Amino acid sequence: MSEDVFIVGAGIHPFGRTPGLSGLQQGVFAVRQALERAGLEWRDVQFAFGGSDAAGNADTMVSELGLTGIPFINVANGCATGGSAMFGAYSTIKSGEFDLGLAVGFDKHPRGSFSPLPADWGLPAWYGETGLMLTTQFFAMKIQRYMSLHGITPHTLGAVAEKAFANGVLADHAWRREAVDIDTILQSQMVSDPLTKFMFCSPGEGAVALLLASGRKARELGLPAVRLRAAAVRTRPTGSFEVFSPALDLDRGGSPTGLASQAAYEMAGVGPEDIDIAQLQDTEVGAEIMHMAENGFCADGEQTAWIAEGRTRIDGILPVNTDGGCLACGEPIGASGLRQVYENYVQLIGQAGARQVPGKLRLGYSHVYGAPGVSAVAIVER
Amino acid sequence: MPDTLPVPIADDLVCSDSGGIALLASRERATGRICFPARPESDARYDRVVLPRTGRLWSWTVQRFRPKSPPYAGPDAFEPYAVGYVELDGALIVEGRLVDAAFDDLEIGMAMRIVPLPFLLADGSLRTSFGFAPDRGADI
Repeated sequence: MSEDVFIVGAGIHPFGRTPGLSGLQQGVFAVRQALERAGLEWRDVQFAFGGSDAAGNADTMVSELGLTGIPFINVANGCATGGSAMFGAYSTIKSGEFDLGLAVGFDKHPRGSFSPLPADWGLPAWYGETGLMLTTQFFAMKIQRYMSLHGITPHTLGAVAEKAFANGVLADHAWRREAVDIDTILQSQMVSDPLTKFMFCSPGEGAVALLLASGRKARELGLPAVRLRAAAVRTRPTGSFEVFSPALDLDRGGSPTGLASQAAYEMAGVGPEDIDIAQLQDTEVGAEIMHMAENGFCADGEQTAWIAEGRTRIDGILPVNTDGGCLACGEPIGASGLRQVYENYVQLIGQAGARQVPGKLRLGYSHVYGAPGVSAVAIVER
Repeated sequence: MPDTLPVPIADDLVCSDSGGIALLASRERATGRICFPARPESDARYDRVVLPRTGRLWSWTVQRFRPKSPPYAGPDAFEPYAVGYVELDGALIVEGRLVDAAFDDLEIGMAMRIVPLPFLLADGSLRTSFGFAPDRGADI
């Protein structure tokens, strides 16, 4: 008999650049905010999972938060660090081991593109030396081929970025809070064809904390809560197309996103048609477009009509990336996956302020993707 | 020309003969799956194979800013370069730099062939890497 799992509180440190605070300190800020909003104390928290990609060990937060002796497990899983932290917290409560726990993710990256080292990814030195090891190239080539196969045009790419910045204007925690029109987006500096500067997210800073509770504990607390219906993490199958791939199999296959998505829908017992709001990994605009199909929301190529008709806007039938996603919030790797769940939580409990999606929201979907082929999907229900 | 090529940028990456250079890869004995870069020759689960020299452009982009060093080891002076995946006939889709083509002329499906790519390291030494160039003979 497994326990139901609820999110009963959430906190966020604004994304962007905060010169005076380390990534860890931003993480502590998010934890304190989550506790304060929930009316809880750190000593009420029975366990924690947390991590960052480049900003230190999450468990050292106990120096700031209090030495209560709880198990605090560090998670390091690349772009899925936040998603994996939540998966850990979810599984721990589901197992019945504890009633109230924390998932926290934070990061602080220097300016400019990421600079991974080949040996860390099991790759030969020449791959990096000759200028092939860039995440930007992968995303550009994935959408380039997808556009060729499915008739997506640069205008659709620009419209996705325009929506992201429009949503970011309305989100308190977003980094980019100014609208950018589609002509400016399309005519901005080309970074990696067909993607321009405004079509990419930038590595940044930020932190998110979520408080998870068992059904019994959630009822006792009586806080605004959403039920975590599914949390799935999956790695790449044969024939997928991933970041940092010197070669690809001729026989093309599925994706880690497809696997995680399918698993999450099965766990939740719902399908894509049931989802009311979605936060999809948008490292760049092409990723959001392709992830709409990989997560089952539309068929390949239907994105052109979906986006032209505004179906993914805040007032559309399936609002996507309602806080502006990574495009407007930036990409602090360890925090982004939890930011998506934070956004679904505040939307479902009706506390999203100026960006609140109208009407009754029941199911929120979130999806992260990253190197070297890992994806995490969560479905929450109000 | 193979005799005059600089030292390869890595061992077990390329081989050359009178027909030019080709990439070394490995075929898994149990499954027949081909993988690149080649596995160490000591790995008994794989046989060493040479990849076809020609294929079709599968996707492409242009690297328009200088990558960070490390890992990038090219010269400080930077010129944008094209990168693509080429579907080598019946074998594997391989990533590499694209050369001898204007960026505007790159098109998915165009015929490509492997060529040696002299690569100048930041320390001034010259090495042989590989790239893909339009295979103009094949399109006629």
